[in-house]
Amino acid sequence: MFSAFLIKYAEIGIKGKNRYLFEDALVNDIRYALRRCEGSFHVHKADGRIYVDALSDFDYDETVDNLKTVFGVAGICPVVHVEDSGFEQLKKDVLSYMDTVYADKHKTFKVFARRARKNYPMQSPQMNEELGAAILEAFPDFCVDVHHPEIQLNVEVREKIYLYSEVIPGPGGLPLGTNGKAMLLLSGGIDSPVAGYMIAKRGVHIDAVYFHAPPYTSERAKQKVVDLAKLISRYTGPIHLHVVNFTDIQLYIYEKCPHEELTIIMRRYMMRIAETLAGKNDCLGLVTGESIGQVASQTMASLACTDDACVMPVYRPLIGFDKNDIVDIAEKIHTYETSILPFEDCCTIFVAKHPVTKPNLKVIRDHETNLKEKIDGLVETALKTEEIILVEA
Amino acid sequence: MRCYFDNSATTRCFDSVAAIVDQVLRTDYGNPSSLHRKGVEAEQYLRYAKEQIAKSLKVQEKEILFTSGGTESDNLAIIGAAMANYRRGKQLITTRIEHPAVLQTMSYLESLGYGVTYLPVDSYGCIRLEDLEAAVTPETILVSIMHTNNEIGSMMPVEEAGRLIKQKNPQTLFHVDAVQGYGKCRIYPKKAGIDLLSVSGHKIHGPKGIGFLYVGEKAKIKPILFGGGQQGGMRSGTENVAGIAGIGKAVEEIFSHLDEDISRLYEYKEYFMSRVQDIPDVTINGPQGRSGAPHIVSLSVKGVRAEVLLHSLDDEGICISAGSACSAHKPTPSATLSAIGLERGLLESTVRFSFSVETTKEQLDYALAVLNEQIPKLRRYTRK
Repeated sequence: MFSAFLIKYAEIGIKGKNRYLFEDALVNDIRYALRRCEGSFHVHKADGRIYVDALSDFDYDETVDNLKTVFGVAGICPVVHVEDSGFEQLKKDVLSYMDTVYADKHKTFKVFARRARKNYPMQSPQMNEELGAAILEAFPDFCVDVHHPEIQLNVEVREKIYLYSEVIPGPGGLPLGTNGKAMLLLSGGIDSPVAGYMIAKRGVHIDAVYFHAPPYTSERAKQKVVDLAKLISRYTGPIHLHVVNFTDIQLYIYEKCPHEELTIIMRRYMMRIAETLAGKNDCLGLVTGESIGQVASQTMASLACTDDACVMPVYRPLIGFDKNDIVDIAEKIHTYETSILPFEDCCTIFVAKHPVTKPNLKVIRDHETNLKEKIDGLVETALKTEEIILVEA
Repeated sequence: MRCYFDNSATTRCFDSVAAIVDQVLRTDYGNPSSLHRKGVEAEQYLRYAKEQIAKSLKVQEKEILFTSGGTESDNLAIIGAAMANYRRGKQLITTRIEHPAVLQTMSYLESLGYGVTYLPVDSYGCIRLEDLEAAVTPETILVSIMHTNNEIGSMMPVEEAGRLIKQKNPQTLFHVDAVQGYGKCRIYPKKAGIDLLSVSGHKIHGPKGIGFLYVGEKAKIKPILFGGGQQGGMRSGTENVAGIAGIGKAVEEIFSHLDEDISRLYEYKEYFMSRVQDIPDVTINGPQGRSGAPHIVSLSVKGVRAEVLLHSLDDEGICISAGSACSAHKPTPSATLSAIGLERGLLESTVRFSFSVETTKEQLDYALAVLNEQIPKLRRYTRK
């Protein structure tokens, strides 16, 4: 029965002169998301709104699911188009709409009519009144409440007449590409995919880097990261995944540095490599899934040490989140199940039983000098041998 | 050099097998139940495969039921026997080191009220006949014992077991999961008192998705799939003609030179075992010499995690299998390795090499060289 969607956007509305940039980006992003759906659609801006008109038969659930992946969409209103064949016919159409959409009629409502086409013979307040009366007469269980109605039936008169009342919440945020690009450190755990999702939600395109350590981590662990990237690319758009072979660096650190500091020093090198890749790929910052105190390498002291390794801003969208909150989002964006697959356990032999929780930056820097003989060469090789995988949902 | 040493997981399809499968899929694609010529043509492949298989086991052609593979054969044998004989008793016997296709089916039957006895094994992975003798009672309706263990290659004394079972209770059905054993030695169900025998196609260079269950003519079992009544109603569903033709061809090939193959495989295995034990702290699990299967070698490499060794061999072109699934979050050491009493430290350091008729001496030498090079390297980076 629905043949179009009206897209509501929240924050874009408060933008100033560059508002059109955001709207155009949103239109593009919606078109991109809908290419995954059956049917063809016309996405267009009209009167400061965005409409998605179905040009053919389409799968309602699939379409709504995909619209829900578009950042910048605050709400999705399924719309019924009816031809303008006089007010009496409109009354009938409105009654049939209310009857079909609301099986349970013990609800309050109001009618909100708008004439975008000013030559329509009846004015809006009169339409409200007459349509409201008709609904009440046909379905006595409905009840009018003009201040806080449970249902606001919108009747918009355009070329055709648009009826809609339901609002399906969208993800919110800002359209992709309105805020540049960032490099996500993607590990295969629960947190980093969520961090990527969160940062993308603010309109940021992302690239990702994964540190692969064969033979200590398996091909399947890498496949898992590709799968995760694919899952979040439903929201973030295409992702260039940079796979960096980290084994030799890891082994070298393992040989030369105190074991308790291995993780911190490793992370410092990961940040350095990520920063270089970010620079090469026009990224304006790094993104990690860290959250204060979650593990030894994420205490304030450890984060300070990690942060020290690079100059580029590091965004940590999950910094104040509890694990449970992160899991909730991971479940919502369907990455959780993949994240918990137990593949990268082979590298646990590198993790110290009691890693430092309060590393001293000076000490860490000092121990890093143990590496000076070979580390630059190893980093260079790692960068040179990166594999780039384009991932797209 | 490419070395595929994971033949207990699956084998390469013989070229002749792939050719006959191709022939069936693209040319002789009829449904054997159809009355027209195409149907009759397809039926010929069924006859051909049954003939090959029956010959290899010295049984009758009508005693062969085609299934989708080892798992279905095990399920059909065990559930089918339990359903057909529950009036006589509800006791079943198996071993602790069976394949999950048997163990999980047993635990399903336990949930339906059947009682299951799990026989322990010795350090070579063999059951003790005394234990079996003590376990068989007048209520025992089925004994299921694997022919060859998939992880360590131990071969169970099935002939003696069969005799013993029938002596104590002639009514008891005897099922043997021969997925790892068939095609690696001679098995004659009639001589060994075996009523039901499971075999899978892809372990013997046939296609995946095909297997069979030998059902002795006196054994009474019930079907577990219902439908169009194919294969005498015992296994409904249009026959997988391509797979059946493929397994028939594989059986024909394997059994045409089985004895030479077996003795060569044993030679190779002994060679490999003796050389690999020269590496310090590498031990062999399960039976030594010719008492085990000719194609399976289980190794524990002290101080090296199985998956790490596996991946580093993989990088050198050698495919093997980790003897036990290792996962730091969910330690589930293999039931077989635990049952033979392998020390805890070695459970996560155990890998399996499984050879096939296509394995060459050069491949073994290459693998030995790689092991000699990799193991000391990997040991440098063990957990501090």
